[in-house]
Amino acid sequence: MSADSTALKRRRAATAGFHLGAGLLATLWLLPIVLVLVTSLRSFDDVAANGLGSLPHSFTLGNFRQAWVDGGQQRALINSLVVTVPCVLITLALAAMAAFALSRYEMPLRRTLLLLMLGGNLLPPQILLIPVSKLSEIMGIYDTLPALVGVQIGFGVGFYVFVLHGFMRAIPNEIQQAAVVDGAGPWQIFWRIILPLTRPALAALGALAFTWIFNDLLWAITVLRSDTKMPITAALIGLQGQYVSMWNVIAAGSVIAAAPTVAVFLRFQRHFVAGLNLGAVK
Amino acid sequence: MAVLTTTARKTPAVTPPSGGRGRGPVRRTPPLVLAFVLIPLLAEALWVFWPALQGFYLALTSWDGVSPPRFVGFGNFQEMVHDEVFRTAAIDTVLWLVLFGGLSAILGLAAALLLQQERRGVGFYRAALFLPVVFSLVATALVWQAIYQPDGVLNQILQGVGLGSLRHAWLADQDTALYAVIVPALWRQIGYVMVLYLAGLKGIDPSLYEAAKMDGAGRWQRFRHVTLPQLRSVNAVVLSVIVIDSLRSFDVVWSLTRGGPYHSSELLSTYMYSTAFQSLRLGYGSALAVVIFVLAFGVICSYLVRAFREAD
Repeated sequence: MSADSTALKRRRAATAGFHLGAGLLATLWLLPIVLVLVTSLRSFDDVAANGLGSLPHSFTLGNFRQAWVDGGQQRALINSLVVTVPCVLITLALAAMAAFALSRYEMPLRRTLLLLMLGGNLLPPQILLIPVSKLSEIMGIYDTLPALVGVQIGFGVGFYVFVLHGFMRAIPNEIQQAAVVDGAGPWQIFWRIILPLTRPALAALGALAFTWIFNDLLWAITVLRSDTKMPITAALIGLQGQYVSMWNVIAAGSVIAAAPTVAVFLRFQRHFVAGLNLGAVK
Repeated sequence: MAVLTTTARKTPAVTPPSGGRGRGPVRRTPPLVLAFVLIPLLAEALWVFWPALQGFYLALTSWDGVSPPRFVGFGNFQEMVHDEVFRTAAIDTVLWLVLFGGLSAILGLAAALLLQQERRGVGFYRAALFLPVVFSLVATALVWQAIYQPDGVLNQILQGVGLGSLRHAWLADQDTALYAVIVPALWRQIGYVMVLYLAGLKGIDPSLYEAAKMDGAGRWQRFRHVTLPQLRSVNAVVLSVIVIDSLRSFDVVWSLTRGGPYHSSELLSTYMYSTAFQSLRLGYGSALAVVIFVLAFGVICSYLVRAFREAD
């Protein structure tokens, strides 16, 4: 009886210790986020008079309006979505096609092709920046959103091919053979059988690809020049220059820039984490 | 090389490749299937392979982007030897690799060990650590810029706990700028590494721990002799992710300091970008990119070798 109760006590103490430690860590991690959220809701005079770290003495949504309208965040967010959504869809479609062909059919050089495609994605982007910006000039699409869409697709697709290949390869061959016996062609097999079975992986990669492409800065500032074309990441740097030391507006801009990916994360949290692991541990 | 040997035993081969593979009746690949491969391949060839080849060629030229590139052989690389900024950037890149890479691996593993057990509330803690991963590095940078301001939160805290003498213009001081930039990058990376390790820890057979306990192994011994060896393949993945990510790091430095003050937080990636697109020295910029490529080459190869084994 007493032995039981001491064990129980020890277990309770360990649990309390865990929550204390983990809670502290989580608080530390969330603190910068809370700080930005609070700052984005304070007025400029309040921040100027009381400092960034003080408790808020004001409440306003005006910063968001200022960042959204005057700071050009609205247009930038639209640009970001116009680039990100087609990029995710096209990249995954192309990657699924290639992965299907490479994993379900015997073809010459298929392993070489797979690694070539993956290898392209592992290259440091720096080696591509200058030629890509020149290439888009030659193609007459420099400083247009299609250039950004093109390079994001071309650079990203190899990685998704590799991950989806690993996933599709695991689908038993009997399913495919049964379909072949029934007279199904490659398209039917792809569309009716393999793709539906790949849905979990596609969801996971979709969530991942959305944040990666949405958060990109380097490709955007390589193929775009006009402020009106820039996606939200580059616009945020512009905002930083436009509203020097107006932390309330910059904070509001940061919140706007982060909101879409946070929404995707919260909505697809499980897919998201699964995606990271698919990509890495596979 | 260690990377290669550790992964060999990672997964039992799913289908043992038989010698007769592909030698059966010669069947032509359906044209549609060929197109399925060729279209994505062409997209990648246009935007990646062809530009990459050009990039290597441009590294051997002097080019302002207007007049045609002039071939200079290894002139750009010779220039690097005497380029002070290049030396700073190279040293900073190595520092970045060691500090950002090393700390994110160690702290990510520590966080995963702390939060590995399924228990009440653990989902919240994991989500809290992971949340910054979804922020863009630019947004992350701006958040921390506010913290680092002379009248920002960090200095206020230091003042508050009686360490006012440590107050600092963190990003404007050559001695602290690089480290001040690493912290936000770590804040964002640790959650990512934690997720990778959490999956790895989940894959460890619990009976191994039971057996170790039976043999009287303490906590540390179980970690040292069960957990670490079992995590070898994850370690290999984390290592490649970290090296590739470190060499790519650009956004956070660019948004916080642009490599300054006086190049004190310059990385090869930021130096390459400003050389190419601000000084318009495209040949020299390409040569800097080649240096980055060479640094990443070993890791890329080991990653591909691992992929090659798995693709079998």
